[in-house]
Amino acid sequence: MTLAVQFSNVSRQFGEVKAVDRVSIDIQDGEFFSLLGPSGSGKTTCLRLIAGFEQPSTGSIRIHGAEAAGLPPYQRDVNTVFQDYALFPHMNVLDNVAYGLKVKGVGKSERQKRAEEALDMVALGGYGERKPVQLSGGQRQRVALARALVNRPRVLLLDEPLGALDLKLREQMQGELKKLQRQLGITFIFVTHDQTEALSMSDRVAVFNKGRIEQVDAPRHLYMKPATTFVAEFVGTSNVIRGDLARQLSGNPQPFSIRPEHVRFAEGPLASHEIEVSGLLHDIQYQGSATRYELKLENGQTLNISQANVQWLDVSKQHQTGQRISARWAREAMIPLHDNVVGGA
Amino acid sequence: MNSVTVPQTPASGSPLRRFSNLLYRRPNLYLSLLLVPPLLWFGAIYLGSLLTLLWQGFYTFDDFTMAVTPDLTLANFTALFQPSNFDIILRTLSMAIVVSIASAIVAFPIAYYMARYTSGKTKAFFYIAVMMPMWASYIVKAYAWTLLLAKGGVAQWFVQHLGLEPVLQLVLGIPGVGGSTLSTSHLGRFMVFVYIWLPFMILPIQASLERLPPSLLQASADLGAKPRQTFMQVILPLSIPGIAAGSIFTFSLTLGDFIVPQLVGPPGYFIGSMVYAQQGAIGNMPMAAAFTLVPIVLIAIYLSIVKRLGAFDAL
Amino acid sequence: MRSDASSQDRASLGLRIAAWGGLMFLHFPILIIFLYAFNTEDAAFSFPPKGFTLKWIGVAFSRPDVLEAIKLSLQIAAIATLIAMVLGTLASAALYRRDFFGKQGISLMLILPIALPGIITGIALLATFKTLGIEPGMFTIIVGHATFCVVIVYNNVIARLRRTSYSLIEASMDLGADGWQTFRYIVLPNLGSALLAGGMLAFALSFDEIIVTTFTAGHERTLPLWLLNQLSRPRDVPVTNVVAMLVMMVTMLPILGAYYLTRGGESVAGSGGK
Repeated sequence: MTLAVQFSNVSRQFGEVKAVDRVSIDIQDGEFFSLLGPSGSGKTTCLRLIAGFEQPSTGSIRIHGAEAAGLPPYQRDVNTVFQDYALFPHMNVLDNVAYGLKVKGVGKSERQKRAEEALDMVALGGYGERKPVQLSGGQRQRVALARALVNRPRVLLLDEPLGALDLKLREQMQGELKKLQRQLGITFIFVTHDQTEALSMSDRVAVFNKGRIEQVDAPRHLYMKPATTFVAEFVGTSNVIRGDLARQLSGNPQPFSIRPEHVRFAEGPLASHEIEVSGLLHDIQYQGSATRYELKLENGQTLNISQANVQWLDVSKQHQTGQRISARWAREAMIPLHDNVVGGA
Repeated sequence: MNSVTVPQTPASGSPLRRFSNLLYRRPNLYLSLLLVPPLLWFGAIYLGSLLTLLWQGFYTFDDFTMAVTPDLTLANFTALFQPSNFDIILRTLSMAIVVSIASAIVAFPIAYYMARYTSGKTKAFFYIAVMMPMWASYIVKAYAWTLLLAKGGVAQWFVQHLGLEPVLQLVLGIPGVGGSTLSTSHLGRFMVFVYIWLPFMILPIQASLERLPPSLLQASADLGAKPRQTFMQVILPLSIPGIAAGSIFTFSLTLGDFIVPQLVGPPGYFIGSMVYAQQGAIGNMPMAAAFTLVPIVLIAIYLSIVKRLGAFDAL
Repeated sequence: MRSDASSQDRASLGLRIAAWGGLMFLHFPILIIFLYAFNTEDAAFSFPPKGFTLKWIGVAFSRPDVLEAIKLSLQIAAIATLIAMVLGTLASAALYRRDFFGKQGISLMLILPIALPGIITGIALLATFKTLGIEPGMFTIIVGHATFCVVIVYNNVIARLRRTSYSLIEASMDLGADGWQTFRYIVLPNLGSALLAGGMLAFALSFDEIIVTTFTAGHERTLPLWLLNQLSRPRDVPVTNVVAMLVMMVTMLPILGAYYLTRGGESVAGSGGK
């Protein structure tokens, strides 16, 4: 496997602000790789560094083995789908899609043919004559995709491309993007702040926080084995337990995390591999497929418990707020956490 | 599909492409290339000229030989305070102030109506109807007024047919305002000034009123204010920045004008006509330069006053 | 006319009279110019006009001094506009996005020639030309006009640039276009109408300018200078009237064009002036 993109100790500073701070990542060729993090965490800057819109302050970026420093965007074999789509308003859809071929000197009939193919690929065949303003948000998104893909880049960069779409359309596009990536076999680098989106689409995810990478891992590992408190809390919901309570429960002062769905209400005798806590049931939220309970522990901490609603209307086991309740979980489900950033992969 | 076909760009080695690459790598070079031509033009030609002019204000003019010598002196600037020159400055300044006030009074209802009672097509109509006279030829507008105010002209015809002649005679009889006829009176000159600079006052006021959220007016009414109170307590204070911004134009433009005073009104120099006469007929460039400093200083003082009224945010 | 939320209460009669009356006040003198251009009388300003004729238009356009002045004014306006379009576009491209030391000062300097009374620009240029021994003429008029026209173009272009998403430029480069291609295919078509609008307004401004021109013209006579000269010597009034109408139209029509070109949010030269 070759590396599509390689960051070695890359930093990008804007004045006093370190937008990207000593980041190293290896992105494999043909991988669906997501950059996940809250806004201002440096993920978009990383994408812009790959595209060539920004230059690293220090460190080196290699794209398919070649040093990219100093290469302008138009000499990089990567293409970008922009957050605001950035469709050229004065051109129709076909000219938008054919633009990359035009500036590279591809002949008129050839580029027309390839642009139409690209539009077919995103199910917009026959929309070529329209102007971008005549399209819906979802259609514009597809045009942006076709416009990038028509150049047959080896790496496609996507900057929160689904952010402006409504939920249903978004879920549909997630599936389509994933399918397209498999079909084309090229590297997708996807920036998002939506953790479910990142988890459901990616082969691997890099979690960003304050310009640094907290963890790079496959979605499953990211969720099951978060390396840091930040990852545990940003990816999914976590009960992070630290301090005296952590020492008391695990015999170790290191903080740990336990997922709400791994906690269950006490029933029967306590097994040797289990840990039990008790508290007052503070709140119950019915969420359809699951019910979420908030348990106030003796030290004042809230423990979230999520129970799948698998029983058919099991009224007998309904709990009441204010009830005193015990809950337990398996020792193996506890994930030891580091409070500090562990650095790049 | 890993066999990627990147068509070799025909321009890849061309001078244009190499130049593009260079500019990409050196954004500061790119910025300087953009900035150098306008900076050269404005720095060398415009600022250079202003400094040359200022410098010549210190040169000496010999009244007998009518020659300018580069011996530095403050005489030209002190001469500004001689009664005859100071009169010119006062005359111009008071006209600029009166014209600004009158423009604001005439402009306000138009701007207010535009901002609050028009929308869509009517608003566009008003906007163009104000912009067109603003851009229409200055010299032709001034000429139009000489036609209007001339003996036997339009104004006189209206005055006669409305039976207002005695009133006009009365007004023209007031010293400092009137004159022998409308076209040689202070009043006539004042009207022309107000007419010509009026659009420069309407648009900033309209813009500042446009920014008033309707909810603010509703809130005022909701709190029990009568329309009149809402106007005096809310709308008028909030439109002050717009009025101040508009007055920058009316004030500054009146101060520097020398065409209108030449065409309409009684004899007697304005600052502008003095500058024109000094450099032209008399050939006293140093005195003209010294006189030019007057509007610059007055405008600077005026700007510092209206800046406090928030005029710069309304520009 | 639709009534919107803010106009549920109708304007009072007094306000309506003041507003519409104000508009009439603004347009009445212009109307008079058009009226007199077709007046049969040949020596007086008397009102109402005695009759209608197209005769004077023919007379005016067969006068060599008028044609000469028109030609000179058109040439000057065209060249000054061209210079202003180049300098104004460069300045707006430099100032609209990046922050750098002295940016405020530069944008202030661009506005100065129009914020200060024209007489200052005029006499300052004249003093400099005299110092440098440059003979005033067409060249010096153009220099003066280009200086105050830059800001008109600059205002229009920078407003458009600020409305245009920078990601369009990035997208173009990303798709393989270099700086020049991006300018040619993306920036220029998007600026086009704003540039044209700015150019038209600059042209109108230059065509009509008289205050700066008075100082920089030397022995040349632009159309406004010709007009001014006629006013102090009221010989052939009808010809003057026709020329006045012509100048009026040349300066008023661009504002209509500019309005339609830049419609949609941005104002045309809202802070511009003469």
